[in-house]
Amino acid sequence: MNGPPTLSMFRWIVVRDLTLAWKGRVDVLSTLFFFLIVVSLFPLGIGPETQLLRLIAPGVVWVAALLASMLSLGRLFANDYQDGTLEQMLLTPQPLYLVVLGKVVALWLVSGLPLTLMSPLLGIQFGLSSNALSVLVVSLLIGTPVLALIGSIGAALTLGLRGGGVLISILVLPLYIPVLIFGAGAVDASILGSGGQGSLSLLGALLVLALVFAPWAASAALRISLE
Amino acid sequence: MNLYKYASPASFYPLAGRMIPWFAIPAAILFVVGLYVGFFIAPTDFQQGDAYRIIFIHVPAAWMGMLLYVLMAVYAAIGWAFNARLPSMMASALSITGAMFTFLSLVTGSLWGKPTWGTWWVWDARLTSTLILLFLYIGFISLQASIDDPRRADRAGAVLAIVGVINVPIIYFSVQWWNTLHQGATIRLLGKPTMAPPMLGAMLIMLAACWLYSIAVVLARLRCIILEREQNAAFAAEAST
Repeated sequence: MNGPPTLSMFRWIVVRDLTLAWKGRVDVLSTLFFFLIVVSLFPLGIGPETQLLRLIAPGVVWVAALLASMLSLGRLFANDYQDGTLEQMLLTPQPLYLVVLGKVVALWLVSGLPLTLMSPLLGIQFGLSSNALSVLVVSLLIGTPVLALIGSIGAALTLGLRGGGVLISILVLPLYIPVLIFGAGAVDASILGSGGQGSLSLLGALLVLALVFAPWAASAALRISLE
Repeated sequence: MNLYKYASPASFYPLAGRMIPWFAIPAAILFVVGLYVGFFIAPTDFQQGDAYRIIFIHVPAAWMGMLLYVLMAVYAAIGWAFNARLPSMMASALSITGAMFTFLSLVTGSLWGKPTWGTWWVWDARLTSTLILLFLYIGFISLQASIDDPRRADRAGAVLAIVGVINVPIIYFSVQWWNTLHQGATIRLLGKPTMAPPMLGAMLIMLAACWLYSIAVVLARLRCIILEREQNAAFAAEAST
């Protein structure tokens, strides 16, 4: 049996998921607004002192990014699972690894990337310097794909379960902790003037690890959920 | 004698029943001995007074919490890889005991922290990573609890446990690194004064007691899980009457 070549399958998945995301762009936008609103709530809860806000900004932005990318995970497999497309994808001769990777890439393009692009705006709200802002963007650029990759495992495991939304947060958030530490740590370090290269390198290492292992684990989880 | 026959729940069920007293009774004896040595023979610490005596529960509990997570992941992986039911049931049985010990180590840790550090909780690297370990246990337990089909629950739990085990060292080192970066409350656990032999002895006895207790309790829970899952099998009907 000959399907399309492997790489074109990957491209096909990405384009298809992007098209679907465009059709349902309200979902995509609401995740972004969620991010924006959560970050804006912190000054209201804590008070407007610039000094304090600058101190907590990296953590606040990163935690909000964690929550926003967790919320977007529901879209990753659920719709395809409901209309049976996912089952067909499992039957294709191409490796499931690429299907998962393609879906994760598409998800990141519509959630992680816009979130990263929006983050300087939020950083300015919190009075970050331009140097810290650039580190924030770079850390999110490296970190949000890791979040999407790890999240895909959780999304695959909780497919079709009752209470999936809350469950996925319990599964995925503890696994997000290293990303949070290194991401916020990089920005912290740049605010303190010691440069965030160390954390950024570690974040990059996490990205490589997640790229290799997470789609594989998510594929295994998909097979378990769909058998 | 063919040991492999005990891989079947039906033949392991009676064996587990016979094994439980062999672990439960020594566990009870060692708990009594360990607590006696810990409370009456071990000397009072010159820095912390009698408050330190909580380590006889705290340290074994923390060790068991970590060890049982790895053990649970190993059993879950075996059950998944060889499509065997018993190891998967073992993993589910271990998860509760492991979570209990992790919780216990957090509670005793904060009870110990109050008199010695003057605070219930500090964001120390060890405390934080133990807390995250508890979260991982809770994730495993709640994932299995929300899947109705037991075999799917076993396999999904196995994936999560393996991902968790790979993450444990990453989390541990990241938390340690985070802790040194933030330079919060720098209160160290004991400046490592050499331990008096009775203290160490009591701790090791308590550790052995916790091991034996875990084995006994996990076997008992395993028997319940076997009965629940194999309720349609003849041996289960026999056993439950």
